[in-house]
Amino acid sequence: MGIAIRLSVVSKTFGSFAANSNISLSIEEGTIHALVGENGAGKSTLTKIIYGMHQPTSGEVVIQGKAVRFASPRDAIEAGIGMVHQHFMLVPELSVAENIILGHEQTWLFGSLPLKSAKALILKNSEAYGLAVNPDALVASLSIGEQQRVEILKLLFRKASIMIFDEPTAVLTPSETERLFVTLRSLRNRGKTVILITHKLDEVLAVADTVSVMRKGEIVGTVPASSVTKPELARMMVGRSVLLRVTNPPASPGETILNINRLRFCTSQGEERLRDLTLKIRAGEIYGIAGVEGNGQSELLQTLWGLAPEGSVISGEAKLKGQSLLRKKPAEIALMGLSHTPENRLRHAVILEYTIAENLLFGRHREAAFHQGIGFNSHTIKSYTNTMISDFDIRCISPERQPLSSLSGGNQQKVVLARELNRPGISLLILAQPARGVDIGAIETIHKKIIEARKSGMAILLVSSELEEIIALSTRIGCIYKGSIRHEFSQEEVSLKREAEHEFEKEIGLHIT
Amino acid sequence: MNSKNLRIFVPLLSLLSALAVSALVITLSGRDPLMIFQKMLHATLGSSYGVGQVVFRMTTLVLVGLAVAIPFQVRLFNIGAEGQLLMGAFAAAMTGAMLPASLPSLLAISLCILSAMTAGACWALLAGVLKVRFGVNEVIATIMLNFIAQGITGYLLTWHFAIPSTVHTARITDNAIIPTFDSATGWLTNSPANLSSLLTVGVALLLWVLIFHSRFGYEMRAAGLQPVAAQYGGINAEMHTLTSMCIGGAMAGLGAANIVLGYKHYYESGMTGGIGFTGIAVALLAGAHPLWLLLSAFFFGCLEYGGLTVNAWIPKDIFMIIEALTILLVISFSALGKRVE
Repeated sequence: MGIAIRLSVVSKTFGSFAANSNISLSIEEGTIHALVGENGAGKSTLTKIIYGMHQPTSGEVVIQGKAVRFASPRDAIEAGIGMVHQHFMLVPELSVAENIILGHEQTWLFGSLPLKSAKALILKNSEAYGLAVNPDALVASLSIGEQQRVEILKLLFRKASIMIFDEPTAVLTPSETERLFVTLRSLRNRGKTVILITHKLDEVLAVADTVSVMRKGEIVGTVPASSVTKPELARMMVGRSVLLRVTNPPASPGETILNINRLRFCTSQGEERLRDLTLKIRAGEIYGIAGVEGNGQSELLQTLWGLAPEGSVISGEAKLKGQSLLRKKPAEIALMGLSHTPENRLRHAVILEYTIAENLLFGRHREAAFHQGIGFNSHTIKSYTNTMISDFDIRCISPERQPLSSLSGGNQQKVVLARELNRPGISLLILAQPARGVDIGAIETIHKKIIEARKSGMAILLVSSELEEIIALSTRIGCIYKGSIRHEFSQEEVSLKREAEHEFEKEIGLHIT
Repeated sequence: MNSKNLRIFVPLLSLLSALAVSALVITLSGRDPLMIFQKMLHATLGSSYGVGQVVFRMTTLVLVGLAVAIPFQVRLFNIGAEGQLLMGAFAAAMTGAMLPASLPSLLAISLCILSAMTAGACWALLAGVLKVRFGVNEVIATIMLNFIAQGITGYLLTWHFAIPSTVHTARITDNAIIPTFDSATGWLTNSPANLSSLLTVGVALLLWVLIFHSRFGYEMRAAGLQPVAAQYGGINAEMHTLTSMCIGGAMAGLGAANIVLGYKHYYESGMTGGIGFTGIAVALLAGAHPLWLLLSAFFFGCLEYGGLTVNAWIPKDIFMIIEALTILLVISFSALGKRVE
């Protein structure tokens, strides 16, 4: 087999920041080559160089034996490189076939589209690679997994021989992930080269042939996937040994804090998103909600934080220590002793342009302790900021001047957690996707802090699409499916089954699909 | 280059390129640009009268600049400073004309200023309400409100309040006149510069504190930068839309007070001369910062008055081109600077 991509001493700098330095890498044809690394390690810069979105500052890129210098992705596509982005590049109003030939119509501007021949080719490809999808369906009507298949078919239609997948499993259910792996393997078996960018080490070990680990803009190692273990990979990524699963000592839950009884949620279009959802959370326990995204988690979170969209109809009960949470504003709910880290950190929990200190205050700026005159008490805030930074190990240079956007995802999340975990008088903490977009190293700190909060007697509602995280942290687990808790694992079951994690994941998987 | 340097470098670059383009236009019109610039400099900053004229224009420009800048902190683009200025001017002139002559000066001036600010604020608030209640884009709303303000003031003037055979209203009572620096201290001889300039500097400082050093400003900027996050943080973003528009409109009203109470002493058709639109450029050049605004208003003040003084050499039309080009260049470069950042 030949070499599909060879990079020799490729560097890319932005100003004085070296995103990639002296990268030399050979990717063999007909293999699945995984690229792993923490956020900011330089994975995406490297793929953007390969895909023609960035031009290397120095070094050489050789694609299938030819030295290239792509000016734009168009050149890369021409050279047989395709990419499946994390956020799909599809037009929802068009059909599958129309989407696939988009930009590759092979007809003059006003000519009729060669849909018939395209469809034949699409069907042939979908059979060959196990990518079942109806070419006439509208993309808007497809599930996320199906949309991803359309993206892959698009690349096949363009005869791409090198395919880059950027975090392809982030949006998939466990069974869809399995299915994607089957496809990836069949792509490889037919001679395609697959580059898989991911931070999920289990997946790398399950599907990749070769793994390259990146850290701080450099490749720290390239190894065959069969010769390496998960802890070893983690150590290469972070540069030190990391605890992959936090120790979770037995909990002794107290009184009921949150009581949700037959909660229903209808959107303004009349779609039912929560159907008689019932659950109880006690002080000193973590209740994990496992489920595929879009089964009502978002609506539950919105309802509990008083931000259900206008026009939605909510019925049933949601009580915090006997007081109803429904139809209240976020500021009132916060005062009742509820704290919340939203699913979408960047859009909902922080102001990127504000400094770290200002963000540590965000949402808590109404607390009188921080006030002085019409402004803030800089002295109190300074000591509060410093305590939070050392407690949560937030890596920054100057919290009063540095905008939050300059921090890595993990450190941003630590800022949010530090702020929310320390609200005075909280009894219930809602954590949605606390480890999303967070590095392995930072996850360790975050998970430890969550367990600590539980030990201190807080009731915690954990919503996560990562089963690993749910299993590691939860005291009890509820499986959400189509807006109701379909199955609940008791405290005994969870602590017992945690030991056989893989089996447990499979079992949960059955309840959420 | 770090973002701080860039913030100063970009406005400077845009000013320099504006000067260069202006020089080119002047050369094309057959004049020596250096001579023209020299004359402008001499006429504006070379005499105390010239300085007074610049100070007077600068005062209005700071205020209409604030009218644009404050809503801009909540990411609202208030194109309506001109209309708010007109409504404020009319209200100030009407109040001033109707007040009894016996009223003490301080009270009369305060009442007139208050009515000007209220009129401006209400006019801007209308756009805010349309935005919050019906989702009408504030750019469209404020442009339309400009036309309506023009219509209303025009109609009221010609059909009801104009002194026959003139295009202005009755004079305001003497006690409502804001004294000029000349009459109060003897500075800036004969120029229309008046004590409202001092008030303006105070207001700019106050707004700077409010926006960058108060809890109100903390919430307000957050609501502008990331409205959804603000909602999660329990901040009422809609309230900030309304108050920022209100404050902006009130500033335009204050600018009207400078013209009516400090200079003209009545409302006259066309008296604002589109200065409300220049306020957009002033605010953008200053990055919507209340203190930098003083500097950028000074520049535009010099340009406005300097342009008048070289009328004998440069036709008015050419100067209109130069001024508009300057504004365009400043806006484009500021936008470019944002993108680089």
